[in-house]
Amino acid sequence: MDNIQLLDAIERYLNNEMTEAERIGFEQLRKSNIEVDQMVVEHSAFLNQLNKYGENKEFHTVLNEVHHDLTSRGLIREVPPKAVIAQLWKKHKRVMAVAASIAGITTMLIAGFAAYYSRRASNAELEQLSKKFENTERKVNALRAQVESDKAVVIDKAPSNTPIKSGGTGFLIDESGYLATNAHVVEGSSVVVLENYKGLEFRARIVHINAENDIAILKIEDADYHTRSPLPYAIKMTGAELGEQLFTLGYPREEIVYNEGYMSAKTGFNGDTLTCQIGVPANPGNSGGPVFNRNGEVIAIINTRQAQAEGVVFAINAKNIINSIEAISADSSNANIVKLPLSSSLKGVDRVQQIRKIQDCVFMVKSY
Amino acid sequence: MEGLARNDRQTIEKIYSGHFGMIQSLIINNNGSADDARDIFQEAMIVLYEKSRSEDFELHCQVKTYLYSVCRRLWLKKLSQTHRFVPEINGIAELVPIEEEIDANDERNQEFIHMENALSRLGEPCRSLLEAYYLQKKSMSEIASGFGYTNPDNAKNQKYKCLVRLRKLFFSEYKTNNGDG
Repeated sequence: MDNIQLLDAIERYLNNEMTEAERIGFEQLRKSNIEVDQMVVEHSAFLNQLNKYGENKEFHTVLNEVHHDLTSRGLIREVPPKAVIAQLWKKHKRVMAVAASIAGITTMLIAGFAAYYSRRASNAELEQLSKKFENTERKVNALRAQVESDKAVVIDKAPSNTPIKSGGTGFLIDESGYLATNAHVVEGSSVVVLENYKGLEFRARIVHINAENDIAILKIEDADYHTRSPLPYAIKMTGAELGEQLFTLGYPREEIVYNEGYMSAKTGFNGDTLTCQIGVPANPGNSGGPVFNRNGEVIAIINTRQAQAEGVVFAINAKNIINSIEAISADSSNANIVKLPLSSSLKGVDRVQQIRKIQDCVFMVKSY
Repeated sequence: MEGLARNDRQTIEKIYSGHFGMIQSLIINNNGSADDARDIFQEAMIVLYEKSRSEDFELHCQVKTYLYSVCRRLWLKKLSQTHRFVPEINGIAELVPIEEEIDANDERNQEFIHMENALSRLGEPCRSLLEAYYLQKKSMSEIASGFGYTNPDNAKNQKYKCLVRLRKLFFSEYKTNNGDG
């Protein structure tokens, strides 16, 4: 209690709130009692400190307000610290270049390994839709050829005594005889024979194989093939919207087969953006077949289906054909050797009519 | 300068808008951010403010040079504290000696930290009560009604109790820290 009264006295003394008599009395006390004197000095310093603290805080608040105010009025502008990177860059240009190249090489190596092994892995999960011919089927084929030979003179263009290794579907991308199909359909084959829906066969040569995109370009090199009128369908580079109606033509059997469905997903297996997922039934033999939208534009090429799942079919986006075409153009002296059809004449035409026009351009691909 | 000493808003704004850009580019060109620039600049403003209030105040150079020198020193110090590497602060080499001010500023900051700590350990309502009286300079009767005391004398009594506690905290804080350091 004493202490508090003393403090009160000291404060009043320091603030000059004492009456004359009080003040004299207090000064007397200070002189006689050293402890009180010390207390006065100490408290005065303390109050001073507190005061300064208050003023400092106040000033800081004002500064912050001013800063905020000036910023909002646009008189000062806070700059993002972009110079740091530039400076670091300038300083460590050499080191960074070396580091970047090492990182680059490492990344390439890792990516290479990853791609190699993931391809392996995906092969187990994905089923390529090319047909593996067996001898029995070959016999059926021979029988059919015999039957048809009664009607017309059909020359078997397949090399005799060689079993068919695999089969699929291909479609014309240029009326002069260029076709697109899957790389896995024709990979490793020495001879490729095409058969149209009427059963006529044509010899073809593999012009270009892009195993990465799984696209192969074939060229019909056969005297029986005559350059036909312009293709009815177009190749659409921009893909399709989800839910868009789609249809396919292909040769899962010895017969051309029509199927229809819809666009399921814009990416393929494991988020692959080169491919898309379609909800169209597909079977071995459909590989390389064109996927059309309702306007008769090719939006994709069927290539695989997921082995463990029902009805999950993947198709390569049609724009990937361009890469292959460019590669061909680069190889040949004649630039723009392949002209992709860019406009469809099948818009608004009845589906049956569309198929009638398209079916000449879709071939069964048999590789020996 | 008189304006600054009087804590005049307009003067502060004028100095602020006139020099902040320069300091900002100094800090940003030397591994700092806009926030760092703001902190450093405001601290330099406080140094200037304290200087302008001291009795023997005389500035032998331009405000600009002064602020620049102070900021440069403060920033170098901060960089070395945070162990961020900076070889040489580049910029205009026109500098004035400011050792004393920087040291005084450090000391002051240290004391303010002590005060801040003591105040924060004091707890409520003591803290608000003391701040109202000593910092905001409110009268005892205002405080009594604001804090719900029956009369100013009661409030005053409470205030002194708080003040005794604050003093104790402050001096113990001061001793331990200075003893350590």
